[in-house]
Amino acid sequence: MRRAIRAEWAKAWSDPATPWLLAALVVLTVAVSDVTIGTARCPVAACGQDPARLGLAGVYLGQAVAALAGVLALGGEYATGMIHVTLTAIPRRRRLLAAKALVLAGPVLVASAFALGAAMLAGVIVLPGHGFTAGHGYDLASWAMARAWCCATVYLTLVAVLGLGVAAAVRDSTVATGMVLGLLYLFPIAAMAIGDQAVARRLDQIGPMSAGLDGQTTIDLHGLPLTPWAGLGVVALWAAGAIATGGVLLWLRDA
Amino acid sequence: MIRAGVIRAEWVKFRSVRGWVVAVVVAAIAIVGFAIDGGAQGSCYGNSCAQPTGPGGEAVSDSFYFVHQALAGNGAITVRVASLTSAVRSPRGGTQRVVVPWAKAGIIVKAGLTPGSAYAAIMVTGSRGVRMQDDFTGDIAGPAMQAGWLRLVRSSGSVITGYASADGTRWTRVGAVTLPGLPTTVQGGLFTTSPQWTQTSLGVAAITGDASQSTAVFDHAALTWRGAWTGTDVGGSSGGPAAGPATGYSRAGRVITIVGSGDIAPATSGPSGLGVTPAQTLAGAFIALTILAVTGAMFMTAEYRHRLIRVTLAACPMRGRVLAAKTLVTGLVAFATALAGTAVAVPAGERVLRSHGVYLPPLTALTETRMIVGTAAALAVCTVLAVAISTVARRGAAAIAAVVALIVVPYVLTVSIPVLPLGAADWLMCVTPAAAFAVEQTTVQYPQVDDVYAPAYGYFPLAPWAGFAVLCAWTAVFLTLAAVALKRRDA
Repeated sequence: MRRAIRAEWAKAWSDPATPWLLAALVVLTVAVSDVTIGTARCPVAACGQDPARLGLAGVYLGQAVAALAGVLALGGEYATGMIHVTLTAIPRRRRLLAAKALVLAGPVLVASAFALGAAMLAGVIVLPGHGFTAGHGYDLASWAMARAWCCATVYLTLVAVLGLGVAAAVRDSTVATGMVLGLLYLFPIAAMAIGDQAVARRLDQIGPMSAGLDGQTTIDLHGLPLTPWAGLGVVALWAAGAIATGGVLLWLRDA
Repeated sequence: MIRAGVIRAEWVKFRSVRGWVVAVVVAAIAIVGFAIDGGAQGSCYGNSCAQPTGPGGEAVSDSFYFVHQALAGNGAITVRVASLTSAVRSPRGGTQRVVVPWAKAGIIVKAGLTPGSAYAAIMVTGSRGVRMQDDFTGDIAGPAMQAGWLRLVRSSGSVITGYASADGTRWTRVGAVTLPGLPTTVQGGLFTTSPQWTQTSLGVAAITGDASQSTAVFDHAALTWRGAWTGTDVGGSSGGPAAGPATGYSRAGRVITIVGSGDIAPATSGPSGLGVTPAQTLAGAFIALTILAVTGAMFMTAEYRHRLIRVTLAACPMRGRVLAAKTLVTGLVAFATALAGTAVAVPAGERVLRSHGVYLPPLTALTETRMIVGTAAALAVCTVLAVAISTVARRGAAAIAAVVALIVVPYVLTVSIPVLPLGAADWLMCVTPAAAFAVEQTTVQYPQVDDVYAPAYGYFPLAPWAGFAVLCAWTAVFLTLAAVALKRRDA
């Protein structure tokens, strides 16, 4: 297993796309978060704005990069035919997928933690000046804020793993990217488009993006479709399901 | 000129991939399906929510408390508004004093008591100073006073002039309006009204609001005419009085106190208005857009993935023509698909919404056509943009991620999950290709009506065709890049 991880690590970091993807993840996430923080105002008490979700708004764009990183980690091998060499070197397919998932998840986790930490820190510094004060009912140094940061970091990592699983299942980066991004973004669009409130709420519960966002919420928790940790659990189920499906198909099929 | 053969070749390529054909059909079904899913529920059956229409034909709110008398011919009304105060229901019970920016109290002359009839008025407002307004859409700003003297003069039959003064001696002319066809005898007098009070704490995530009620104290009323005052609650109190005493008026010597609720203004949709915008019927269009754009991106990147591009370029060495043919085929397929969807979705969706009691403001045939054709055109151009981006990127995964980041993410952030504060949302809807969704705009944003004018409620910062032009500019830039890249690079 250690050799498999080392091989995958060497492959990942010799691909020029890897540092670019991680840099894009950090830059785009921080940029969207900072614009959101910079324009948010809370003029009165109980203004209904969630400081954690403002600070973590970059996740909406960052997740597309995380998903792309996950897809390309395996999809690229199918595009170039490298997969044949890889499977010759590591014939245990479960081991290969596990090594790939670890090599993918580690850097994405670190990059996400850094980007979201920077964004949250900017929020904690800037938002009190925009009316998010104790007098308006906000405590920016709370455990809930730390939990939101933690959930968002794990969420981005799980999205990358989801991308890897789908890529393993469909063996094509283009189709896999379309599927993962569709899975992420179309659930909330459909939930908004549908008139029936009960159906919309159910869609918000099962959609990976909206469920994952529940974990980043720190106010009005009782109004959420899911509790924060349950929301993260839904995302984990999606990622696990994708990896399991991808693993089984990888095992069953020729490369 | 592109030869027909090149176009036909691209069409055959598109048609022969089953997945793409299925995707296109699914896109059309999505547009119609979300329009007629029928989940929305309202309480406006029959004409119960029909709003009056103003002299200009637009839907208007016209409810206020009117202390009036019949006035024949020319003359003037002068009055001092001693105070104007507003209140809403307090969350803790009882009432709560608030500033309602567009609470209105002043002098009005109106063609009749029917809601929607022509009028001209001069008024003080909650926080917008003195205003001279006429026929619902006219609005002239006067001095910034919260209380003071007002005068309305009717001269030469149809010309009405408004004046304001802080002390009753030195007068400022605020403006003059002409009301063509104003009858000789009109209803004129004093009024108070108070629109929905909405507090947006930025973003649309948090909106709190309630019908408000305002109380105005008038004194020193002086009229050219001699008659008796009558009190009428014009338009009924449709919003329902929110707080405090019931609407009405009382007199104590020369002091008249009027309590009113409602508004004299163009009707808007959104949280402070009634019903939904007809753009609701096109909710599925964005899902169709995502499907079509991904299909467009794959149509191009598949050439590179399967090395088919070499055959294509060998068959047609003029590379610009290949790009033009691909653009034309995807654009036309997307336009036809989307048009088939929207042409059914808009009328059918409106019917379903109305049958479920959801109020929709009246639409002109021209606006409806613009929604149907404009949305289809926006989807087609977005698909072409996806083709152009993927020609530059060549790798399907990167192309799809770029398309999603440019078109889908701005839409999700501003419309589906409106987390962005209003300023940032408006900015995104001005500069990203998602600006093209302004073609679905059916409502006008009026500065004299406070509402949450957010993209999430169908109010786009750009005019329909300006938003569409933003998308076209993006597409033109990427098509140019694509043409250059295709010519310069080896396949």
